Amino acid sequence: MVVGGILVSVGISVGFLLGTGLILALLLILAEKKILNYGTCCIDINEGERKIEVKGGGSLLSSLGENNIFIPSACGGRGACAYCKVQVIEGGSMIGPVEEPYLGTEERKKQIRLSCQVKVRSDIKIRVPKELLSVRKFKGKLLHKRPLTYDIVELRIELIEPKTIDFVAGQYVQLESEEYDEHDRVMRAYSMASPPSDKNHVELMIRKVPNGICTTWVFEHLKEGQEVVFSGPHGKFHLSNTDAEIIFIAGGSGMAPIWGILRDMKEKGNTRKATYFFGALTRRDLFFVDKLTKLQEEVSWFKFVPALSNEPAESDWKGERGLITNVVASYMPDCSKSEGYLCGSPGMIDACIKVLTKAGMTEDRIFYDKFV
Amino acid sequence: MEQLQNMKFFVSLVLIFTSAAFTDNILLARFLGMCSCLAISKRVDTSIGLGGAVMFVTASTTALNYLMYNYVLIPLGIEYLRLIIFIVIIAAFVQLLEMIIERFSEKLYYALGIFLPLITVNCAILGIALFMLNKPYTFWQAFAFGAGGGCGWFLAITLIGGIREKIKESELPKGLEGPAITLIIIGIMSLAFVGFSGMIKI
Repeated sequence: MVVGGILVSVGISVGFLLGTGLILALLLILAEKKILNYGTCCIDINEGERKIEVKGGGSLLSSLGENNIFIPSACGGRGACAYCKVQVIEGGSMIGPVEEPYLGTEERKKQIRLSCQVKVRSDIKIRVPKELLSVRKFKGKLLHKRPLTYDIVELRIELIEPKTIDFVAGQYVQLESEEYDEHDRVMRAYSMASPPSDKNHVELMIRKVPNGICTTWVFEHLKEGQEVVFSGPHGKFHLSNTDAEIIFIAGGSGMAPIWGILRDMKEKGNTRKATYFFGALTRRDLFFVDKLTKLQEEVSWFKFVPALSNEPAESDWKGERGLITNVVASYMPDCSKSEGYLCGSPGMIDACIKVLTKAGMTEDRIFYDKFV
Repeated sequence: MEQLQNMKFFVSLVLIFTSAAFTDNILLARFLGMCSCLAISKRVDTSIGLGGAVMFVTASTTALNYLMYNYVLIPLGIEYLRLIIFIVIIAAFVQLLEMIIERFSEKLYYALGIFLPLITVNCAILGIALFMLNKPYTFWQAFAFGAGGGCGWFLAITLIGGIREKIKESELPKGLEGPAITLIIIGIMSLAFVGFSGMIKI
């Protein structure tokens, strides 16, 4: 009898809890359907260049993503990276507290917004750089991952969906890491080292960054045969349309876009003169020397200059020694008619810009890709 | 006669409100809702934002929880479930409120929007709903108690925010920076609020 009473009261309380929970959950779901229903909204991109219809209520970034327009974003829409800036001409919501700190006065005047924080609640007009409309999301399979030096690996990825990529040599892709340990997915930019003619493969060179979320994933978790996801092509780093002599300067994984450009030049029967200064600390940081030397022998227009800054004096290294900036200065006393293409850390790029401008190169002829 | 009754009723509401706001200040006398207070009270404007949101939510959820307790839980004989039910009701109410605000007032949404999720887990609100049960209040008295408690929290966090804004420029010993000095400020302020105690007894 007593047991029966306890059972009844337990039954009542459990039933009541479940009932209340269910009713409240239903109420919330209904409310979300009713209250947060904005109907279909139209996103007009670049004054009618493209018009897409989306279900209202989502963020601009995700609504565009669903329609295969990928605005660069590293944090996945949490308002932490500020990469996803677009110009919202009409129909954007107010600037919220999350994006407040990322927008300067100039940007506010131009109506620049973080697309992950703008909610699509009505018809909206935006302007994005033209090349973003050709950016797509790719799925591929890692064919191989092989070490180039002790801290740089080369990835070769076969494209699965879509099967081909069109890009200009020198551009980069945004590689998406998978979740591991306590890290979320992140997107990081890596230049393509493969020539554009190899349409169904992409090659990347990735240097290990200590504690880097994406590079640690690449080095320790990514395995051959695994599926990889990236978006691209991005970036404006590519050869100009002139006949000026080219000076490439890059060290480490900065070789990636230049290796792509060089192979592209060879395939297209280029005749522009080009010199590639490869700066490294010691011999263990060098790679592809054989391939670049071979290219130098094959074509008349190319010259390869590797230089080591920290190589012990007693070693049998016969190439150049010293800081890459000094080597460039001694090889190229007059750069007034050349163009510079630089790739590497911000510090190295700034130092090289100084040397090149001192040798007579104007800043508008210096192109660079800073690896932050 | 009826007028006198009305008068008495009104006075009791005012008394409950002021006692909940001052003598029984939920933040300074009961030390509830401390975590969000420490996190948000760096500036006066955010303090006012969160304080206002808390005030509104306490007043409404105390009333809701009063109805729930007296007309559902007591008849069913399951008063002991009040803690869970109150939490669920507060959470659902805040969610619903957030949706409504988002839909109808963009300005208010951005002013309160980031604070609303914080409120769901604010123990001051649950505390006020539970303290309300200690006294034999009528519905409107419970409402006044909730509004007063929220108002007290609003007042306290705004004052703390003002003080923290003033001392931002001052040089503090390293160990006292941030939450440490805030806790000391709260301690001194609660001493001041102790002065109110005994003024009103209900």
